[in-house]
Amino acid sequence: MTGEYFTDYTAVLVATIAGAVMVLSGFLAAMVVSPRARSAMKDIPYECGVVPFPGRGWTQTHIRYYLFAILFLVFDVEAVFLFPWAVIFLGPEVASAVFYEMLVFMGILFFGLIYAWKKGVLEWR
Amino acid sequence: MAVSALATGCQPPGFFDGQNLWHEWVVNFFPRIGDSICRGMGGHADGGPPNWLIYLVLGFLGSLIVVNIAALGVPFVVLLERKLLGRFQNRIGPNRVGPFGLLQPVADALKLMTKEDITPAAADKIVFALAPLAFAIPIILMFAPIPWADHASLANLDIGILWVIAVTTAAEAGIFMAGWSSNNKYSLFGAMRAVALLVSYEIPLVLSLLGVVLLAGTLNLSEIVLDQRFAPNILWQPLGFFVFIIAVSAELNRAPFDQLEAESELVSGFHTEYSGMKWAMVQLGEYAALIGFSAIIATLFLSGWKGPLWIPGYIWLVTKMAFILCAFIWVRATIPRMRIDQIMAFGWKFLLPLSIINIFATAAEVIAFPDALPYWLIPINIAFAGACVVGMAKLLGFQPKTRKIVIPGRPVIGDDTPGRIVPLMRGGN
Repeated sequence: MTGEYFTDYTAVLVATIAGAVMVLSGFLAAMVVSPRARSAMKDIPYECGVVPFPGRGWTQTHIRYYLFAILFLVFDVEAVFLFPWAVIFLGPEVASAVFYEMLVFMGILFFGLIYAWKKGVLEWR
Repeated sequence: MAVSALATGCQPPGFFDGQNLWHEWVVNFFPRIGDSICRGMGGHADGGPPNWLIYLVLGFLGSLIVVNIAALGVPFVVLLERKLLGRFQNRIGPNRVGPFGLLQPVADALKLMTKEDITPAAADKIVFALAPLAFAIPIILMFAPIPWADHASLANLDIGILWVIAVTTAAEAGIFMAGWSSNNKYSLFGAMRAVALLVSYEIPLVLSLLGVVLLAGTLNLSEIVLDQRFAPNILWQPLGFFVFIIAVSAELNRAPFDQLEAESELVSGFHTEYSGMKWAMVQLGEYAALIGFSAIIATLFLSGWKGPLWIPGYIWLVTKMAFILCAFIWVRATIPRMRIDQIMAFGWKFLLPLSIINIFATAAEVIAFPDALPYWLIPINIAFAGACVVGMAKLLGFQPKTRKIVIPGRPVIGDDTPGRIVPLMRGGN
């Protein structure tokens, strides 16, 4: 069993290396073939051809991204709990208690979603 | 275990006693070639080269096939997309290079290779160069657990579904690296939108898969295919399929969810500053993800490599993938791009409740019929899915309610009465 486990992930490792070799060989070929003609105008950020709007490129972004990130965190952790639950669900000791426990767990989170909805967090403002 | 499995791996297909080893992928995919390589290298326990060398060579062959599915499949998917989009728009599409434009991908590749590779002076150069790598490699790894035929996956991972989700989400880090390192406002906005979109659609994507996991009782993709021997999962899981295919098209940043590379406002978003081969690699990652996800959809919901006729498994799988690809292209040609507030609302208010309903409906069915779901549940499931989708749409409403938009400290800039244009993106992107 452990043998299969390791050979499977060896294949993944080899595929990683093969993918990296593919991408890097593409870069290498382009480096050999492609022309090089640097100019000051090419070096500026592209903003549809006009001189860029003054200010840093790394501008600040809005707080609403942060709110969605928090909601995502809550529900993604929930998904992590749901995967093992779904795998053992068909197991030999199927009990409806497992079902109701998860119903309660999801109910609490669903209540959280409705709370966020009513608070207007889900509106993109 | 490894030695005996290697010995059986050199037998022709059909002799496998339920052992899933990754080098069988090669042996199964190309029975003659894989077998003769295995034998030619002396793939037996006594004598010959060491086992790890055989594993390495065969694993490298399998990886080569996977990488080539991405590298050679992508140009032809791009050609298919351009051709079909042309037809949808009553044009002909590319038809100049070669017969029926078939050599267009070759011409594109040559063109991209001979383009100058520009790095903006203000960019974070190391991250800028690493971003295409960080984007393309996880997408290639996504192909690892996909079973192309019986026992024919590069790596028969027991956590197959989780692996696919994890790896495709890791690719999103490449998108953010690309957008951030460009030091361009539009690229950064595109990258932020990409993350927001990923964050919103990751949850419905993961939760809609759980119905399939509940039915199969495993995360292993090969076993999920075998579990669909009676009927494909789309019949048991119509609601899950509906949510999954929408969430996937958002995850792939495809229309109507391509807000992050909206050409008309962000000049293609996170890869504005990319050119030449780096741009080609970003594009390769995007389309390879499209191919990979169509294979995943075919595997999870359309019974993968299994088919009613005796045709090799990979031909069935590729046929189903082609149908899904054409469906994605059809959607892109038909539905206009959504606004970002509509996208976020759609993900959180429409898809997420539907996916949670799907989980508990499926769990209740599994509790009621623990052995196997009866066939008469199929029309009930489809009707239930339709009722849920229509009911949810009615509940949320198709039209936004009329409301005054007031920004504190500023005058009223508009209301939603017909005939007036309301600025919907306020306070930055």
